[in-house]
Amino acid sequence: MVVKAEAWAAVAGLCRDDSRLGFDLLSCITGVDYPEREDGAEIEVIYNLDSIANHHELTVKVKLPRDDPRIASVEEIWRTADWHERETYDLLGVVFEGHHNLVRILCAEDWVGHPLRKDYEPPDSFHGIKNVIY
Amino acid sequence: MSELENRNPDPLTKNVVFLTAVDDIINATRANSVWPLTFGLACCAIEMMATGAAKYDIDRFGSGPFRGTPRQSDLMIVAGTVTHKMAPRVKRLYDQMPEPKYVIAMGGCVIRGGPYVKHGYHVVKGVDLLVPVDVYIPGCPPRPEALLEGLFKVQKLMKREKILDRTRRTTKPEVYHAVYPGLILRNAEDGIWANHWGSQGEAARGVGGGGHRWRGPVCGRQGRGVGRRGRALPR
Repeated sequence: MVVKAEAWAAVAGLCRDDSRLGFDLLSCITGVDYPEREDGAEIEVIYNLDSIANHHELTVKVKLPRDDPRIASVEEIWRTADWHERETYDLLGVVFEGHHNLVRILCAEDWVGHPLRKDYEPPDSFHGIKNVIY
Repeated sequence: MSELENRNPDPLTKNVVFLTAVDDIINATRANSVWPLTFGLACCAIEMMATGAAKYDIDRFGSGPFRGTPRQSDLMIVAGTVTHKMAPRVKRLYDQMPEPKYVIAMGGCVIRGGPYVKHGYHVVKGVDLLVPVDVYIPGCPPRPEALLEGLFKVQKLMKREKILDRTRRTTKPEVYHAVYPGLILRNAEDGIWANHWGSQGEAARGVGGGGHRWRGPVCGRQGRGVGRRGRALPR
């Protein structure tokens, strides 16, 4: 299911609260960088939802413009989104608006760039430690 | 396991009075009571734990009380991938250890970045960019026997210590070249590296023989640039 970015917050709330949907578990948030799509460079954020009560699952994709990827945070809806969103922000630079603490989670705090973007170039050195490639 | 040499030259009292050098006594006690720092960073730590457990039992060889604090340790076994995020912590823990201190680089990641040598943007390409390494143990991960052999190498290094020889302490380690620019960059030709990552192409370029040949742990401090003590290790 592909959802527009503006509608995602409402859709997410519906996914969790509607008893027929009942997606009470957000099992994963991933992001994929597509720098060369026909309708412009995109970053896709993918949400994997599970319903423990109804025994079904759903994959939601949200397409964001690559130069300014912004999407509403679902941290208030599924608490587990906290770290998942931080990871997606860290590695792909997706800004989750409304997140209470959107800082890097895997890379060092002062890391530059978002490593899972296709055009990412690793730094020659970090804090004086050379990234020697043998 | 330490063989103290009786330096009493008098044949009459040789079997009665045991004379030896202070260095030998101190080194023997030190080498037979190695306290490693508990320092597992990744999968190599599993092998390190196995080495400490019943089957391989590092305690048999005068080591083993893995300490939870650097202030009580004299050996840092860097077991596992060192990331850039972890690097300042590694350096700090090393700095907190009292002299004399020794470092074992355990596994491919710690030696040169291992499988992350090319695309691992987050991995420090060898812990000797941070701290001086005494013994390199190749493998992914090295087996406990290999770690034990590395420990023996460290013990041999310990037995070479001289309490009046402070060159090791005062010479700025070669490895600080990354932090202090101007010193020579680590030489990829120095042949300290030979393990099975060598067969994968990128890591093999100009570093040792490559291929699958097992060479055992290699001592890092001997004859590598200024400040290293050039004496060969006793076999």
